[in-house]
Amino acid sequence: MSSLRILVGVKRVVDSAVKVRVNSAQTGVETANVKHSMNPFDEIAVEEAIRLREKHGKDVVQEIIAVSCGPAKAQETLRTALAMGADRAIHVKTDDNLEPLSVAKLLSKIVGEEKPSLVILGKQAIDDDSNQTGQMLAGLLNWPQATFASKVDIKDGVLEAVREVDGGLETVSSSLPAVVTTDLRLNEPRYASLPNIMKAKKKPLKTVSPADLGVDIRSRLQTLKVTEPAKRQGGKMVASVDELLDKLRNEAKVL
Amino acid sequence: MLRSQALTTLRKPSRAFSTSVYARSSSSASAPALGFQLSEDQLSIQETTRQFVREVVIPAAPHHDKTGEYPVDIIKQAWDLGLVNCHIPSEYGGLGFGVFDSALVSEQLAYGCTGIQTAIEANTLAEAPVILAANDAQKKKYLGRMTEEPLMAAYCVTEPGAGSDVAAAKTHAVKKGDKWIVNGQKMWITNGGKANWYFLLAKTDPNANAGKAFTGFIVDGNSPGITVGRKEWNMGQRASDTRGITFEDVEVPDENRLGEVGQGFKIAMGAFDITRPLVASAAVGLAQRAMDEASAYALQRKTMGKQIIEHQAIAFMLADMAIQTEAARMMVWRSAWLRDQNKRNTYYASIAKALASETANRCASDAVQIFGGNGYNTEYPVEKLMRDAKIFTIYEGTSQIQRLIISRTIADVAKQNQ
Repeated sequence: MSSLRILVGVKRVVDSAVKVRVNSAQTGVETANVKHSMNPFDEIAVEEAIRLREKHGKDVVQEIIAVSCGPAKAQETLRTALAMGADRAIHVKTDDNLEPLSVAKLLSKIVGEEKPSLVILGKQAIDDDSNQTGQMLAGLLNWPQATFASKVDIKDGVLEAVREVDGGLETVSSSLPAVVTTDLRLNEPRYASLPNIMKAKKKPLKTVSPADLGVDIRSRLQTLKVTEPAKRQGGKMVASVDELLDKLRNEAKVL
Repeated sequence: MLRSQALTTLRKPSRAFSTSVYARSSSSASAPALGFQLSEDQLSIQETTRQFVREVVIPAAPHHDKTGEYPVDIIKQAWDLGLVNCHIPSEYGGLGFGVFDSALVSEQLAYGCTGIQTAIEANTLAEAPVILAANDAQKKKYLGRMTEEPLMAAYCVTEPGAGSDVAAAKTHAVKKGDKWIVNGQKMWITNGGKANWYFLLAKTDPNANAGKAFTGFIVDGNSPGITVGRKEWNMGQRASDTRGITFEDVEVPDENRLGEVGQGFKIAMGAFDITRPLVASAAVGLAQRAMDEASAYALQRKTMGKQIIEHQAIAFMLADMAIQTEAARMMVWRSAWLRDQNKRNTYYASIAKALASETANRCASDAVQIFGGNGYNTEYPVEKLMRDAKIFTIYEGTSQIQRLIISRTIADVAKQNQ
């Protein structure tokens, strides 16, 4: 198998264990002084790249590059990716709010420069839950895509993936290069061991700006308001099917 | 606190005693500035340990507490992550961490379970005299293997009749040709039943004073004549393996002698300058856990119409826990930092150990109090903390011994100032 390069996208998001609150201006979630970490699906993406290298060897998987688009602190997430085993990192630095289309455009430019054979992204970020970047990137590059992957392998330059779809599991194969987005059951990511954290310091991390890549990252969407979901009401016990139907029709108004 | 403010506070001599005299440093200009901000690497180290503890140690801790089962699997995972044997120099496969970085790891591990943390920390304790006093061949042999496989080691000094009174230890080593024959009994040896090798302190000159009577040895765990006692069932830290060890005509080759004959006491005490801050950091971890559990509970439990944290009686207890825990952590950091600068830290290490161990006990007890009746029950996590905390004022030098060390230093400084 000829050697290939894997590009992994990682995003710094509010940690999954944090109980988020809407900020007082109702423009979004409160992120100041709140714990952040790598998006869990992106951890799975990095882990999968490393497992492919462990399985097929360094001659096949030549290089794993981690990319993150975001403010200065995104570098922490890149360092974690390096500590998990990525070889080098690219930071597209911007303080602006990024929408999936902008990220997809930035990644497509980087793909043009780095020429990976496989791009692995998390299926969605747990802050905006967009589930768009991977699909948009494949569209921009005109590459095949295997989204919601719960199993990934490369055999003789062909990508084989199992996707989790509504009806069950779907096995697809495609040529390379391709885009994969990871689902929860793909793997369990490793912790960055202390020796690897120390080694990560020496790995290269390059910073570029959206302007350097010639990408317009202006928002196309405007968030009007963010509010908390309605508080959950207590349930009620009903004595009979008739009472249930009555409540569904007249109180819940769903019939 | 601003970095500049922290520096000024340290440089200003206190009224009666100059802190520089205690630290025996020549000039602060030669020492790097002490700030309170952890570096990016230190934060990563803390984060990895914290994640591991949250996901692996905390869920498993109650089981090991109830059964006393040695946490082999958890230790192996910790070892894979590099959380064990951090301070072994890189020439022997270790990370070469100083005391400060090791303390960051210890505190997080202890937050999860001090029993499991003690099992891991016992390696550090046994390795410390080897790192301090062994020759290159000994280091390669006994430290190298610790980084190649998840092995355990033990520090073998205490005896049934000699704890604080190390000088009264009776285990002796007699030279016969190129071997030493060891006879005696050691007690309360952490990892006693799991150790691949022991650091042993044995009397080699019964007529000399304590400072010259002992010699340190590395003893292979599988040496004939070693009898490992039963696992002792203690009040707390039950995951840790504590045993009596009997030596009957055990042969130790002279090449396993650490340093010169008669240097043992000094080496054993020197190790404490490394390990006391680490044990203190574990006590801080326990204290922090007690505080976190108690605050979370105080937000849930309602009494007389409000969450109990809204009652000052409870809120003030939490504040007192914070006051002590934060202060204890700062003493750990200071004593660890001094050691890493190769400065004398004994005085501060003793303060850290005394303060942190007593803080841990107080915080654990207060946490049980805040939980009320529930706190006394084994279904809630705080009674274990209270049982685990007690040993901190006893091992690694009792609180009474720490006060001896501290007061003797005060007396020495006062004499100098006369």
